[in-house]
Amino acid sequence: MLHTDLLPRDTAVRLIDENGESVSDERYALPDPGVLLTAYRGLVEGRRLNDQASALVRQGRLAVYPSSHGQEACQVGAAMVLSAQDWLFPTYRDSVALIARGVAPAEAMVLLKGDWHSGYDVRAHHVAPQATPLATQLLHAVGFAHAAKHRSEDTVVLALCGDGATSEGDFHEAMNFAAVFHVPVVFFVQNNEFAISVPLSRQTAAPSLAHKAIGYGMPGQRVDGNDVAAVLAVLGEAVDRARAGGGPSLVEAHTYRMQAHTNADDDTRYRERDEVQAWVARDPLRRLRAHLTATGALDEETEERFARGADEIADEMRTALNTDADLDPEDLFRFVTSTRSPQLEEQWRLLRGEIERSQLADASGPSNGESR
Amino acid sequence: MTIAQDDTRTTADAGTVTTMTMAGALNRALADALAADPDVVVFGEDVGALGGVFRITDGLTARFGEDRCFDTPLAESGIVGTAVGMAMNGLRPVVEMQFDAFALPAFEQVVSHVAKLGNRTRGGIRMPLVIRIPFGGGIGGVEHHCDSSEAYYAHTPGLTVVSPSTPQDAYSLLRAAIASPDPVIFLEPKKLYWSKGEVDTAVTAELGTARIAREGTDVTLLAYGASVPLALEAAEVAAAEGRSVQVVDVRSLSPFDDATVTAAVTSTGRAVVIAEAPGHVSVASEIQARVFERCFEYLEAPVRRVTGFDTPYAPPKLEHWYLPDVDRVLDAIDTLHWEDA
Repeated sequence: MLHTDLLPRDTAVRLIDENGESVSDERYALPDPGVLLTAYRGLVEGRRLNDQASALVRQGRLAVYPSSHGQEACQVGAAMVLSAQDWLFPTYRDSVALIARGVAPAEAMVLLKGDWHSGYDVRAHHVAPQATPLATQLLHAVGFAHAAKHRSEDTVVLALCGDGATSEGDFHEAMNFAAVFHVPVVFFVQNNEFAISVPLSRQTAAPSLAHKAIGYGMPGQRVDGNDVAAVLAVLGEAVDRARAGGGPSLVEAHTYRMQAHTNADDDTRYRERDEVQAWVARDPLRRLRAHLTATGALDEETEERFARGADEIADEMRTALNTDADLDPEDLFRFVTSTRSPQLEEQWRLLRGEIERSQLADASGPSNGESR
Repeated sequence: MTIAQDDTRTTADAGTVTTMTMAGALNRALADALAADPDVVVFGEDVGALGGVFRITDGLTARFGEDRCFDTPLAESGIVGTAVGMAMNGLRPVVEMQFDAFALPAFEQVVSHVAKLGNRTRGGIRMPLVIRIPFGGGIGGVEHHCDSSEAYYAHTPGLTVVSPSTPQDAYSLLRAAIASPDPVIFLEPKKLYWSKGEVDTAVTAELGTARIAREGTDVTLLAYGASVPLALEAAEVAAAEGRSVQVVDVRSLSPFDDATVTAAVTSTGRAVVIAEAPGHVSVASEIQARVFERCFEYLEAPVRRVTGFDTPYAPPKLEHWYLPDVDRVLDAIDTLHWEDA
């Protein structure tokens, strides 16, 4: 391979344009209509989940929700390119990806609801806990892949991060370790142009984030992150390469965070409405719907069926989040280490005593209450 | 470095007893763990062909192969972060940080993930990984080579933090650390790497336990790492002066063996805590507080601390002023209200 083959293209790979027209590409083929229809269903469900979760924040049922509204093609594409034995290492903004991978919406939301720090069985779904500290999970993905390679297992690891995370030291160390040890990892950067309020221009002076790959000796590629067909083709190629022993690679998807960082953010302070509005035309759902409708792969009945399915998932999430979980304060002490230390046992006894006294006080009523 | 292989005999329970250095004992523990469990992997900076800057991994790559003991890029967060991923996926990584100030780039991985992943996943993920860190001074090292950063780790819930003071404990505690399902910060006192002692490979040690290093009835010295031989030396001098000094090797900084320490101090009624690290907000402060809380009614005098000063670690030519020494320990013992006894 020529060193220049490691470089990404000057423009992002695109297979379906903003009007839904397919674009021919010498290297990447348009996925089959059946695959695109499955992807479309995922986009519809993802969008519905994003908007339902944002609504649940406003209703006070979720503490916070970092929405991937506008980035659903990346989320769904990431889940679709993986086989059952593969692993996904997501961030806090990738809830839709992990739901697309099979995690129940209610379990995916446990972190953001505030019931626990993570709520799904990582081994059942092959999805690592959502990482909150930036780029740290990329190293875990590399180590995980290293162990898989050590045992000659057929496992590819897909590690997700955003544009801001590429400035962190762990991004560099993860890329470098992955390349040096030639492990089966694909790094997938969702460049949504903002790290909270800070634009990409303040993260890097590189021609693109995908250009960073050549510095580690791995291939990089740029893809239109709002074109799920292109995401599937480019990520799929990277996953295939890793599976075939071709080592790690970096894919940068150019997309846009349509909403504020979270409900606690005010994006009017750092970007113009015109800019946000311009991205509506590039919306991943609209584009794929236009394409599938024009090619006859999507009819009204199917569209309605997908919408109903998405509503059912949103209902399931809403119902789950409107129910207060029965939380056990002893859980605070249960999982710190595999054996509870005498110190933690002593501290649990202290808390249990407080709880028992307050229950006793509640039971005996205010006139008789003696809490301290 | 040559690892002592003389004076080897086999014990009844199939272990071997050999006089060796602490460095040799650690090397033997790693080798035995690698031989016993194919999931154990050892990696870090210069641990391959060189055998580590302190030669703790000497010969392991040659014996077990590149897959089991290997050099990595020079990046501590990368070393610990990839170890986390390996531990998630069935391996038991044992990683080496070259010096303890050089472990600081890995601090985020240690605090945010190594310590918390088990809790985050309600036990769904366990972190059977060991981070070996040469710590402490007394070797004439220039800046960044002699720090004592145990308080940062001991302060972090989820981490087991131990430090051996004898070759036997170096062997037994490292085997226990590697066998543990939970992450262990294994602090190796640099000053003691070349100290010698008998090691019986059949002897086990339990994480979370202290060890009575010397019996005594008048006062208890509580120490760990390189401060343990110092405490024993001070006890010897004090004995010549007519005081019977007990020495407890705390050895497990977290979890802490309150039972042993409380029983020890209760029996003597006096205690001095010895540690090299700066005393402010330190492991020594924690030990002192725990002893006060549990032994107050039995104490004849306030619990004293002999620690490093609250300054950055001293340059080599000033470190003898900085480090706790026998006189400072004896002076502290002298303040323990003996006139009332």
